[in-house]
Amino acid sequence: MRKSAADRFRHLFNRSLVFVRNQQNQQHHRLSPIPLSSSPFSSMASDSPFPVTAQNINPQVLKCQYAVRGEIVTLAQNLQKDLQANPGAHSFDEIIYCNIGNPQSLGQQPITFFREVLALCDYPALLDKSETQGLFSADSIERAWQIVDQIPGRATGAYSHSQGIQGLRDTIAAGIGERDGFPCNADDIFLTDGASPAVHMMMQLLTRSEKDGILCPIPQYPLYSASITLHGGHLVPYYLDEATGWGLEISELKKQLEDAKSKGINVRALVVINPGNPTGQVLAEENQRAIVEFCKKEGLVLLADEVYQENVYVPEKKFHSFKKVSRSMGYGDNDLCLVSFQSVSKGYHGECGKRGGYMEVTGFSPDVREQIYKVASVNLCSNITGQILASLIMSPPKVGDESYESFMAEKNAILSSLTKRAKSLEEALNKLEGVTCNKAEGAMYLFPRIRLPEKAIKAAEAEKTAPDAFYCKRLLNATGIVVVPGSGFGQVPGTWHFRCTILPQEDRIPAIVTRLTEFHEKFMNEFRD
Amino acid sequence: MPPKPLDYESINENVKKAQYAVRGELYLRATELQKEGKKIIFTNVGNPHALGQKPLTFPRQVVALCQAPFLLDDPNVGLLFPADAIARAKQYLSITSGGLGAYSDSRGIPGVRKEVAEFIQRRDGYPSDPELIYLTDGASKAVMQTLNTIIKGEGDGIMVPVPQYPLYSATIALLGGTLVPYYLEETANWGLDTNELRKSITEGRRKGLNVKAMVIINPGNPTGQCLSAENLREVLQFCYDENLVLLGDEVYQTNIYQDERPFISSKKVLMDIGPPLSKEVQLVSFHSVSKGFLGECGQRGGYFEMTNIPPETVDEIYKVASISLSPNVPAQIFMGLMVNPPKPGDISYDQFFRESKGILESLRRRARIMTDGFNSCRNVVCNFTEGAMYSFPQVRLPPKALEAAKQAGKVADVFYCLKLLEATGISTVPGSGFGQKDGVFHLRTTILPAEEEMPAIMDSFKKFNDEFMEQYEDHRGYSRL
Repeated sequence: MRKSAADRFRHLFNRSLVFVRNQQNQQHHRLSPIPLSSSPFSSMASDSPFPVTAQNINPQVLKCQYAVRGEIVTLAQNLQKDLQANPGAHSFDEIIYCNIGNPQSLGQQPITFFREVLALCDYPALLDKSETQGLFSADSIERAWQIVDQIPGRATGAYSHSQGIQGLRDTIAAGIGERDGFPCNADDIFLTDGASPAVHMMMQLLTRSEKDGILCPIPQYPLYSASITLHGGHLVPYYLDEATGWGLEISELKKQLEDAKSKGINVRALVVINPGNPTGQVLAEENQRAIVEFCKKEGLVLLADEVYQENVYVPEKKFHSFKKVSRSMGYGDNDLCLVSFQSVSKGYHGECGKRGGYMEVTGFSPDVREQIYKVASVNLCSNITGQILASLIMSPPKVGDESYESFMAEKNAILSSLTKRAKSLEEALNKLEGVTCNKAEGAMYLFPRIRLPEKAIKAAEAEKTAPDAFYCKRLLNATGIVVVPGSGFGQVPGTWHFRCTILPQEDRIPAIVTRLTEFHEKFMNEFRD
Repeated sequence: MPPKPLDYESINENVKKAQYAVRGELYLRATELQKEGKKIIFTNVGNPHALGQKPLTFPRQVVALCQAPFLLDDPNVGLLFPADAIARAKQYLSITSGGLGAYSDSRGIPGVRKEVAEFIQRRDGYPSDPELIYLTDGASKAVMQTLNTIIKGEGDGIMVPVPQYPLYSATIALLGGTLVPYYLEETANWGLDTNELRKSITEGRRKGLNVKAMVIINPGNPTGQCLSAENLREVLQFCYDENLVLLGDEVYQTNIYQDERPFISSKKVLMDIGPPLSKEVQLVSFHSVSKGFLGECGQRGGYFEMTNIPPETVDEIYKVASISLSPNVPAQIFMGLMVNPPKPGDISYDQFFRESKGILESLRRRARIMTDGFNSCRNVVCNFTEGAMYSFPQVRLPPKALEAAKQAGKVADVFYCLKLLEATGISTVPGSGFGQKDGVFHLRTTILPAEEEMPAIMDSFKKFNDEFMEQYEDHRGYSRL
């Protein structure tokens, strides 16, 4: 049935009202995470002028935030375009992206052995050619054969089993077993397009309503806050203690848990990021045991984000998986619900663009496992390259393999360089006026605390910006260096931080330190009380 | 002992509600039988390479080179790779910021999005803006992201064809929305009738739903029909009149097996109509590297293109995309190669053309073999597979069979398909997984088994079906409409 002329006029009139409202709302849109009020939904088409406008899309989409690629990055990209159009217009000639843990975008080289195997799996016809032996190491050829033989029909382009190729999961399970000294069941592994989709799956599974809460560290990697928001749940913060190297206190966990319960929140899980992001601390084993005990006692699912397990830079700390810790305490599948996340994006391999990762899910019933499988199956499977890479990082070349020496040389070079860069950047930051920076024991970031003078805070307020965002924007405009304001990760109210990666190549670090130091001096001089 | 958070009773109800038959009961039974040593022919999912289709050579060469850039420095690389693959790999590496191992822009590599825009422009004859094209880890992710943006809660209705590809029903359930079905007409070759659309939306609104979007799958899955330009015009007019966003799933656009209705994109038809519709109807179009002749399902590569979506909404969609950081980079390269393949004169052109033509012509033949094979069974009626990768025959089941199914506690087509599986090893998906009219039963199979195996497979099916009918036939009549 066609709309009458009167209907159509009303329709258009309503649309123009919404358009005007949208214009007015746009100012507030990006800077604050305050949700736009959603228009009341109605059963008649003419009351909601557009099917898809910012007024009537899913309000959880509007609410969620992800600062790592948020406002500051958009500003940086605009500046970059400007630099290309008007070289010399700024006091720097390039943007240095220190906002994101993306090593290979800043010059880190991939591990040769892994890329050899992947190339052979991408183009298996190479395996039948004699010339291949002249271009690839023998053990990479052998490993590629092994892998393609685990794939039905050698079809690397086919959808696999929804949990990932069985043979690859077997390899990963063996790798986990070797790492921890406790066995791992390949059926507990779900290969995913990076660790992030696995986190989303668990948030989806655990969240029934806004009354369901997830304990998250503050500061945290904002995937967690964004995911909880998208799934309509409630983030229950627990504060890491900056004064004690970002220590995780059980008393703080208890306090926050009780507080949430008293507000009628059903707390379901505890997220622990170890090594920490953005904070970089590596948990002591004792601390981990207390956390396991806490989760068991309170009936919480332990969500262990362990993607930085290979990034430990201090001799006095070692990575221990929560799986190992809980099994060494005698706790098995009947005692604790534990989900551990790993990724190919970090470590020494840094293969972010491949989107590879997995979660190991232990301690839950077969009928829940069925549900997780079902959700995974709707997306059919994760990308095969990422699956293969996940198996490679959990079973790298061993002593005696042809590629072992060169592999170890590459790996050690990357890790020792990261250790050096973590140290030199941390030292430089600690020299700045009013800045204190905890050591990066692990991961890829530094999270210095900046103490901003009152004048600066007022100037920020005048610009309707958070003080740390104000500082970061000034830093960007003066130096081209992109960091993420601490408010994107959460911090104790009234304190300000920013997160900076340790990833620019070693030879660029001195220049970065110089520019940062000069900027900070000028900034403090401008706003000194 | 209070229930634990990951005990069955404590998990998200939406997860429990969602169903995805393509890898559901039949598939799980098939994998069990396979473990016991039975030979299984998996025709449950559109997964060409798993059934012997070979990947095209050129894309695999380019991606392998991108994967191992040190090869490009080796003087002997020309012994293994043609010059145009080498050049293309170099070109792709130069437009990434860190090769295949770095997160790209959350929307995808700008240079590849440009290639996609140029492809769309060539295909449709209208300009396409790369800024409104987002690459994703498969078209499924694009569909999920789009539906997540639209659906606020169970008050929001999404019109979906019946039968449909159950990604839609599963995703709507997971997101807590409501599916509003519109029935395709089997006797009219699975045609789409605007009367049926109106009936469907009226029913949805009567239930108090805010119906916001309409999905079309063109060519259809599981039904295979190719929509005419006229049909698409009607659909677009309907969306304009009823204020719906059109979601155009076009992943099978190069799988066309008849000449009467070539593929025409929803975008082209919309632009052809002209203003006001072309400026106002909101449209999101999906494509993938998994289908066509590439069949690269395992790469997880896709894109969506937005038309007439307001900038503030695009910003929100970008924000959500950024949480997942970036789509996987190798698949982005596959997408670039799909939309911008070798051209006449390129070294690899002949081989590429030969490989792709061979696959499409074989699919066309197999579509015919399968349709004819099903139609030669007296209780089976099968519309021709005009496009996509599936055959969706209607199987008329006698009352005794329906009774037996009931006794076994199974839906009738699940019962039939399980028996088919046990007898022949052919793993299909029951029509109930896609939706069908009450009392009418189908199964979905793919047309993907190797051509030389097709006759044997159809014979095997026919033999089983004859025996089944022998067992359950009762001369009083059949189940159908």
